[in-house]
Amino acid sequence: MERAAYERLRWRSIRRGMLEVDIALTRFLDEQFQSLSAAEQQAFVELADFEDLELWHLISGQEVCEDPRLAPIVAMLRKS
Amino acid sequence: MNIPVLKFDAVIVGAGGAGLRSAIQLSEAGLKTAVLSKVFPTRSHTVAAQGGVAASLGNSEEDHWRWHMYDTVKGSDWLGDQDAIEFMCKKAVEVVVELEHYGMPFDRTDSGKIYQRPFGGHMSNFGEKPVRRSCAAADRTGHAMLHAMYQRNVKANTQFFVEWMALDLIRDSEGHVVGVTAMEMETGQVVIFHTRATIFATGGAGRIFYSSTNAFINTGDGLGMAARAGIPLEDMEFWQFHPTGVAGAGVLITEGVRGEGGILRNSNKERFMERYAPNAKDLASRDVVSRAMATEIKEGRGCGPNKDYVLLDITHLDPATIMKRLPGIREISIQFAGVDPIKAPIPVVPTCHYQMGGIPTDYHGRVVMPRNGDFNAVVPGLYAAGECACASVHGANRLGTNSLLDLLVFGKSAGDSAVEDIKGSKAHRDLPKDAADYSLSRVAAIDNRKGGSSVAEARLAIQRTMQDHAGVFRFADMLKKGAAQILEVEKQVMNLEIKDKSLVWNTARMEALETENLIEVAKATMISAEARKESRGAHVRDDAVDSPEFPNGRNDKEWLKHTLWHREGNKIEYKPVNLNPLTVESVELKTRSY
Ligand SMILES: Cc1cc2nc3c(=O)[nH]c(=O)nc-3n(C[C@H](O)[C@H](O)[C@H](O)COP(=O)(O)OP(=O)(O)OC[C@H]3O[C@@H](n4cnc5c(N)ncnc54)[C@H](O)[C@@H]3O)c2cc1C
Repeated sequence: MERAAYERLRWRSIRRGMLEVDIALTRFLDEQFQSLSAAEQQAFVELADFEDLELWHLISGQEVCEDPRLAPIVAMLRKS
Repeated sequence: MNIPVLKFDAVIVGAGGAGLRSAIQLSEAGLKTAVLSKVFPTRSHTVAAQGGVAASLGNSEEDHWRWHMYDTVKGSDWLGDQDAIEFMCKKAVEVVVELEHYGMPFDRTDSGKIYQRPFGGHMSNFGEKPVRRSCAAADRTGHAMLHAMYQRNVKANTQFFVEWMALDLIRDSEGHVVGVTAMEMETGQVVIFHTRATIFATGGAGRIFYSSTNAFINTGDGLGMAARAGIPLEDMEFWQFHPTGVAGAGVLITEGVRGEGGILRNSNKERFMERYAPNAKDLASRDVVSRAMATEIKEGRGCGPNKDYVLLDITHLDPATIMKRLPGIREISIQFAGVDPIKAPIPVVPTCHYQMGGIPTDYHGRVVMPRNGDFNAVVPGLYAAGECACASVHGANRLGTNSLLDLLVFGKSAGDSAVEDIKGSKAHRDLPKDAADYSLSRVAAIDNRKGGSSVAEARLAIQRTMQDHAGVFRFADMLKKGAAQILEVEKQVMNLEIKDKSLVWNTARMEALETENLIEVAKATMISAEARKESRGAHVRDDAVDSPEFPNGRNDKEWLKHTLWHREGNKIEYKPVNLNPLTVESVELKTRSY
């Protein structure tokens, strides 16, 4: 991923509205993001654009991700 | 250097509840209004609020703004200014109804009115019994509030500058505020916003503590900017702590867990609350539980390798009860503590939650500071509202659901005051020639420094120092040490180095600039706390304990006054509390007990 795009993604991961989401996304970015395929990385970029509550409901398993492209990333966010 | 200048009638720094509310007033008055935010507006920290917003609508049972006022004064431990508190409680109904008209989907009663629920400290008939005063929208009160007000602003043509970070206030030689400098993250460009009114709505600074329920974004930028511009910060020793944040992570574990039978234990597995509160035990009030936890940790009975947390045990509860009654708690514990609470206890610590102090304002949202013997002289051109401001309605301790109310009421009145002042003035005042120099030199210093200290380490040093020396329960010797230590940490912060020197999208630079704000708030807090030799509200010292002369350690004779911390020389001065409401009788001094 190109540097500026990564930095934009980093900001959108480390500065969220909810602490729960801050921690989950920061951790994912630091620990798992680099080993993803380009397509998977793109899926994470899309997830990072979700609203905080939506993301938290997915990460905490209160809601299920129906999108087959995004679901594997949500699963990784949950496990991490 | 040629710095671009953008001219607006008003700029609002912050797009959370307070910023969006004031922007509505300005844009709907036809003024050219810019709102700056580090993140997309609906991603502001207000989104995390769930409990609701207080207003004496009286929809579920009889209620009155005077009862709400009484509760707020008492909650503040009499440090709140009673003019501002009357103003807020009286205005509550109006701002909540307005919000409803903006499209806020409040929970409703069968008859279609806004549904109200009880919340700690809110009582009927001057403290008699709990009253239903909190208005909520399921578990998404803050989220819904931001959405409703953002849409309203879009309609009113408010101009948003998203992923922009304000850097410094611009004041002219007569002390008027004439705008701010800000950096566009995408380009790294520093720009001047030249204005007739500047409103700070930058939220709290809860990240000064190691353990905080606040999102990472709460770095106190507005407070840092104000302090650097020579404006004092008020009552910064007062921070509300929540007893049970997940150790290390800070994520909040609701009181409901103890309500369902959760037990706090120390490293000897002892149920220590039996010693501190033989009757209520683990269900004692927030401050009692927090102080007991802090004492256990200080006396070496904490758990873990650093003995720095205690355990919240629900392993004895039926797993079915946990899943049914405490949804989300198991998941929070697994995600952020790495333990399944059905099998092992959750590590918890008293965790910083809310900042009562801030930039001093009057109840019109105008920023004030002492000048020529007047404690509340207006700083022309500057306004503040929300958690970054101190009106002061929360005094030494905030009541839950009063902060969303604060940002609606004072967001609106700051906006109204700005409209009034702009309409009464002729034109923009001139920008000083060196308007952007200070910000540019701060940025250049960070960019060019070699062999400096790391941002992550400096931030951690601030957080550790604050947590260890000025936490929920304060010890005179620790405060003294902390005051010396935070000045050492400041040297580290004034010497930050970043490895990434890129101009565009440089998040390391943003974090460095935030850390320079964090340290101002940390110093203000530590030094104000060391200086206040009594216990009051959320500020509790081991050397100011309950006695017949000073119930709860509160000493009204000497300390019924607001602290003002000045960055210059870390000077402290005090100003009187306003005990005179606008139209009703004063709520007389009493011991605060529930
Ligand atoms: C977990 C949690 C739950 C809570 N629940 C409740 C509740 O139920 N009821 C209640 O009354 N209170 C609650 N509170 C408190 C309440 O949510 C906050 O006090 C309130 O939302 C603060 O709103 P604000 O508008 O002042 O700031 P925020 O919503 O924090 O917004 C600050 C804004 O300023 C911007 N900003 C900051 N610095 C800069 C800069 N340098 N440049 C540009 N923009 C900047 C940010 O991007 C953001 O848009 C809760 C707090 C927490 C932590």
